[in-house]
Amino acid sequence: MNLTNNSPVLIPLLFLSTGIMTPVLAMKKEWLARWIALGASAASVALSIFNLIRVINVGKPIHYKLGNWNPSLGIEYVLDHLSAFVILVINAIAFLVLIYAKKSIESELPGKEVPYYASVLLMLCGFNGMMITGDLFNLYVFLEICSLTLYGLIAVGEKKSSMAAFTYLIMGTIAGCFYLLGVGFLYIKTGSLNMADVRAILPFMLDQPAVVIGLCFMTLGLGIKMALFPLHGWLPDAYTYAPSVSSALIAPTGTKVASYVLIRIFYFVFGITFVSKTLPVADIISWLAVVGIIYGSIMAIAQKELKRMLAYSTVAQVGYIGLGIGLANPFGLIGAVLHILNHAVMKACLFLVSGNFRLKLGHSNIFKLDNTIRKKMPWTMAAFTIAALSMVGLPPMAGFFSKWYLALGTIEKGNWLFLAAILVSTLLNAVYFFRILEKVYMKPIDSQSSNTHEQGTYHDHSVKENEETVKRDEVSPSMLFPTLTLAAALVVLGILNAIIVDGVIKYIIPKGL
Amino acid sequence: MTRKDNNPIVSLLSRIVSPFIMLFALYVIFHGHYSPGGGFQGGTMLAAAVLLIRLAAGREISQLQFKKSWGTPVGSVGVFIYFFTGFLALLMGGNYLDYSFLPLGLEAPVTRGWGILSIEIGVGLAVMGILVAIYDDLLEGEPND
Repeated sequence: MNLTNNSPVLIPLLFLSTGIMTPVLAMKKEWLARWIALGASAASVALSIFNLIRVINVGKPIHYKLGNWNPSLGIEYVLDHLSAFVILVINAIAFLVLIYAKKSIESELPGKEVPYYASVLLMLCGFNGMMITGDLFNLYVFLEICSLTLYGLIAVGEKKSSMAAFTYLIMGTIAGCFYLLGVGFLYIKTGSLNMADVRAILPFMLDQPAVVIGLCFMTLGLGIKMALFPLHGWLPDAYTYAPSVSSALIAPTGTKVASYVLIRIFYFVFGITFVSKTLPVADIISWLAVVGIIYGSIMAIAQKELKRMLAYSTVAQVGYIGLGIGLANPFGLIGAVLHILNHAVMKACLFLVSGNFRLKLGHSNIFKLDNTIRKKMPWTMAAFTIAALSMVGLPPMAGFFSKWYLALGTIEKGNWLFLAAILVSTLLNAVYFFRILEKVYMKPIDSQSSNTHEQGTYHDHSVKENEETVKRDEVSPSMLFPTLTLAAALVVLGILNAIIVDGVIKYIIPKGL
Repeated sequence: MTRKDNNPIVSLLSRIVSPFIMLFALYVIFHGHYSPGGGFQGGTMLAAAVLLIRLAAGREISQLQFKKSWGTPVGSVGVFIYFFTGFLALLMGGNYLDYSFLPLGLEAPVTRGWGILSIEIGVGLAVMGILVAIYDDLLEGEPND
């Protein structure tokens, strides 16, 4: 066996085999499921790093032919800077969340560990397959694998989650159908499903209506999957009512993978002149994204449940990625890809914090968060503060730099309205995060009673608590470690952003952009 | 079946028909790579044979033939056979799913044929296991017959 040659295919295979064998291996020993998931996830991170280094060394895309059939007959996996980078991001986040998962799943989903971990592994198989495949139809197959498991992972949550999962099921199935229809139209016209093939054939038939319709259908389907503004209806409920671990797994990864596929389709299948010059698809995407940024931020301010606020904030942040894709210039694309990384880390960290609240306080209601938390859970709150500052976009946190590149992109495009939207949304982000930080940090603990009178609806025994009686009640190290790692990663990624951009993201920009 | 009384004709007929369905299912699976058919179709028929007994004899008795807890494991093992056939080729130095590398000691085209058969068997088991599991899961919570 030649590890170097086969490295592109190994990650999806790893998740596929462990995902399907978990129910069998862990039938009698339920504790085994967690270790299988952790082991597979750790191995996937190692393989992703190996793949990324290999791509950087080779310097050009690596093709892998499944079954040794040549492309357009067979399925091809393509490992280039873009796919290797995003795969590493997704797998690393998933690994940290899986370390975190144990206590949270035990308390929220007792007795369902085995099917839960199996679904998580299959979902990761779907994500990795979507990202690495170079075949349009194969992408659809993996899209369905991960969608089906996503519905399950959401539906196991609290009472209202089944309704949320059902909405998502309907929306997701429609999205899958749209994507498949688009692929069908392309296949009728080009006779090939291989992305590179289609890319080579398409320039000769760009004036055909079927190609235009195919592009529209695919964009629509992926727009639903990535929760682009008017198509985001399924997202807030799904992320709010899902179990904490599911939210932390899906929120940073699911929408990002769909954004990745959109980049892939726009820039590497249809070509950027077609989507931005011939047809105004990229412009439409960026306008919708800008509306989504403002809308998501305002809706986030209006929420009183932390997870729901984060869900609406995801809508806004996906808007940033959509904006970067739609700008269709190098800075925009750099911003979009960098924001895939940054937002994945930020959102994972914030959802882990909300999971910590749910485990220790029993709720994650913003109005019930009070100033005792800073003594009860100092580390969790520290992680929350760093992630919040990064979401707002304060340097040197990671969030600043992706916004910086996006802002440069809008300036290069000469669209000042977009720049204004980025700046306004930064302020709106500050509003919805600082209201929590203010409640937790800005009041001395013995002013509790006056504080509760202001809140009106708030009745709790904690009125008697003061600085001395509040006990430290932090979550266990296995949960604290991933939360703090993600928070620290935000600072590190922010400082290292130049290296990431120069070393990897610069090579993603296709020729002629 | 919510009625208590079992119709002898139904149960006898289904007991006679079920093995033949299974036999034909095996035929479809094993000839999938030469003629129309294959793992999916054969697996569906295998599941149909099991489900016929489930419907006719009731849930209790049909457990003797195929236990309720077997559905998911059989499905998993089926997918694993598919996975492992491809992975064995990878281990022997080929690309994933390149059956000509399977260590059977035959010529490449013949080896490919056996590789596809192994995959069809995996698919057949997976489809059968999952279809029966879906049926059993849907009946969960229904009053027993």
